[in-house]
Amino acid sequence: MTTETSAPAPAPAAPEEHDVSGDLRGAWTEYWDRVRGGDVGALPAVLGLVALVIVFSVMRSSTFLTTFNFADLINQSAAVIVIAMGLVFVLLLGEIDLSVGYAAGTSASILAVTLTLHHWPWPLTLLASLVVGAVIGIVIGLLVARLRIPSFVVTLAFFLGLQGVQLLVIGDGGTIVIGDRTLLAIMNDNLSVTVGWALFVVVVAAFGWLTYRRIATRRKAGLPAQAVIVWGAKLVALALVLGVTTFMLNQERSRNPTISSIKGIPVVVPVVLVLLVGLSFLLARTALGRHIYAVGGNAEAARRAGIDVAGVRIFCFVLCSTLAAVAGVLIASRDNSVSPSTGGSLTTLSAVAAAVIGGTSLFGGRGQVRDAVLGGLVLAVINNALPLITQTGGITFIVTALVLLFAASVDAISRRRAASSGRV
Amino acid sequence: MSAEPVAGASSAAPATALLSLRGANKSFGAVHVLHDVDLDVYPGEVTALVGDNGAGKSTLIKAVAGISAFDSGKIIYEGQQVVVHDPKQASSLGIEVVYQDLALCDNLDVVHNMYLGREQKKGIVLDEGAMEVRARETLSGLSVRTLKSVRQMVASLSGGQRQTVAIARAVLWNSKLVILDEPTAALGVAQTEQVLNLVRRLADKGLGVVLISHNMNDVFQVADRIACLYLGRMAAQVRRDEVTHAQVVELITAGRSGSMGLGGTPGDTDSMAPITSQELA
Repeated sequence: MTTETSAPAPAPAAPEEHDVSGDLRGAWTEYWDRVRGGDVGALPAVLGLVALVIVFSVMRSSTFLTTFNFADLINQSAAVIVIAMGLVFVLLLGEIDLSVGYAAGTSASILAVTLTLHHWPWPLTLLASLVVGAVIGIVIGLLVARLRIPSFVVTLAFFLGLQGVQLLVIGDGGTIVIGDRTLLAIMNDNLSVTVGWALFVVVVAAFGWLTYRRIATRRKAGLPAQAVIVWGAKLVALALVLGVTTFMLNQERSRNPTISSIKGIPVVVPVVLVLLVGLSFLLARTALGRHIYAVGGNAEAARRAGIDVAGVRIFCFVLCSTLAAVAGVLIASRDNSVSPSTGGSLTTLSAVAAAVIGGTSLFGGRGQVRDAVLGGLVLAVINNALPLITQTGGITFIVTALVLLFAASVDAISRRRAASSGRV
Repeated sequence: MSAEPVAGASSAAPATALLSLRGANKSFGAVHVLHDVDLDVYPGEVTALVGDNGAGKSTLIKAVAGISAFDSGKIIYEGQQVVVHDPKQASSLGIEVVYQDLALCDNLDVVHNMYLGREQKKGIVLDEGAMEVRARETLSGLSVRTLKSVRQMVASLSGGQRQTVAIARAVLWNSKLVILDEPTAALGVAQTEQVLNLVRRLADKGLGVVLISHNMNDVFQVADRIACLYLGRMAAQVRRDEVTHAQVVELITAGRSGSMGLGGTPGDTDSMAPITSQELA
């Protein structure tokens, strides 16, 4: 019968922080440890992107590597990237939204009808299409979060239903032409060379300043912080990538420069950039973003912590459908028109694939907004370059499918590794 | 077996109770889970709440935590009668519960988990620095030295470390009453020791601690008082040094031990009691 009372006195020691690498090598070791532990992050997507670009460049340097094609690639991928950004939020919850393609199409058809048939001013039509997207999201969110119907079923129903709504809205005409210059400019115009370089400077400077300030505040609070040299290396790498991109986009890419000059960063790039920065901020730096991860990681824990789980879920679906509406506007701008097939066929699946290829987990709780951009670019490179190599459309589908399967495998394997090494 | 009987907990109270339940009743449909339960929890003490499966421990805790209210009965907290509607209200009173299944998010780090749902903000931006500093202070205040980094994902922690994080989260908020639901159930020997030390330190810091446990070794190692539920009734609330292991086991299994416990227990319990005491003798 043991009735001992005294607990052994604990050794007085503060919690010991792990070594924060003071140099590049240390930072690299730490990063590699994380990757091996299953936290692969954006690595497969970045490597894949680089590999694809190299392969296609070698095989078809005359067509693939042209500056015209480079700009085209960005325009091609923009809509899928924006939809995938919204999907990242839904996937983080461990849910899915299969209706995004037709949410984009329906919103675009509202835009077209109000603009071309009812002659509304463009800001109003833009607002109308975004509101339609938000309403779709609210309904899906309520059905999933309040009624607890599996999101797969709800959004499958919306996939079918919205297809019908889109047909009805567009009517018998078939195709509605978009004539507004401002809306067309998004996907068809470019920033001037000067503005392009100014944008480059602003982005790099803002990144540098914000990340440096973070290091400084952590130092001041006596917390372990990133080494300045690591910060510098990251900044230089970012400046290099963005600098080369800006430089290439600022080259003349018109076939007949004397008739019409085409050069500069496409207008859609700053649009996507603003979404990327804004949504990343929301996810990484606000309480709402933290709660989204929490709900995706352990919904019961989130509920007990006093988080409005249903509210978080509804928010993510609203955001996803609203971003789909934004993408709908981009598609309409690129096609100069809206038809019943806008947002159809592969749009939804491409967007899901983009998010997953970029590194967002299908199991919930893991992912970032930048995944959408990386994955979208990978898909765009495949879709853009393969037709230059082979005219057989079937090959493109099969290659895309294989890339998606590969990404999903990486997700599943890294998840298993993460479980065994204790990372998620 | 000649411990002095303790009629009611209130008669032996050295100080005013932090939490007192009086006449708490709870039914789920036809099942009467709690019958007129009285309980007193004192600041600076560990009160072990023991009882067999289905005795009503979880129901009791859930009512105090604001998850499901009593049908009738009073909750007196810091000398005042309170009504606890929801978990947030319990938190604002200074009542924190550490659940058996921990309720941590594997995909978030230690700091994020400790502040989950109550993040500190600068404007709309999370104040990561302030949260990290305070989380480290809280952990070192509890003499926790098993964590490598407060920025580790919780998924990478051992069972004992996770329990530590869950407990540290409960005390981060200047809470006064911490309720622990089987904190050592899934732990190994060394980790159990760590967590029990932590539980003891909580009480030594002046908090009222309720420890739900099935493990008599744990109970006798850290508890100051033992409250024993038997089939929804409070069989006895006694000081630890007034009882033996066997008596507590009897109270758990039969609702009475010698002169302690329930008088006229209903049904088959009278026939159970002697069997149990023979087994243990």
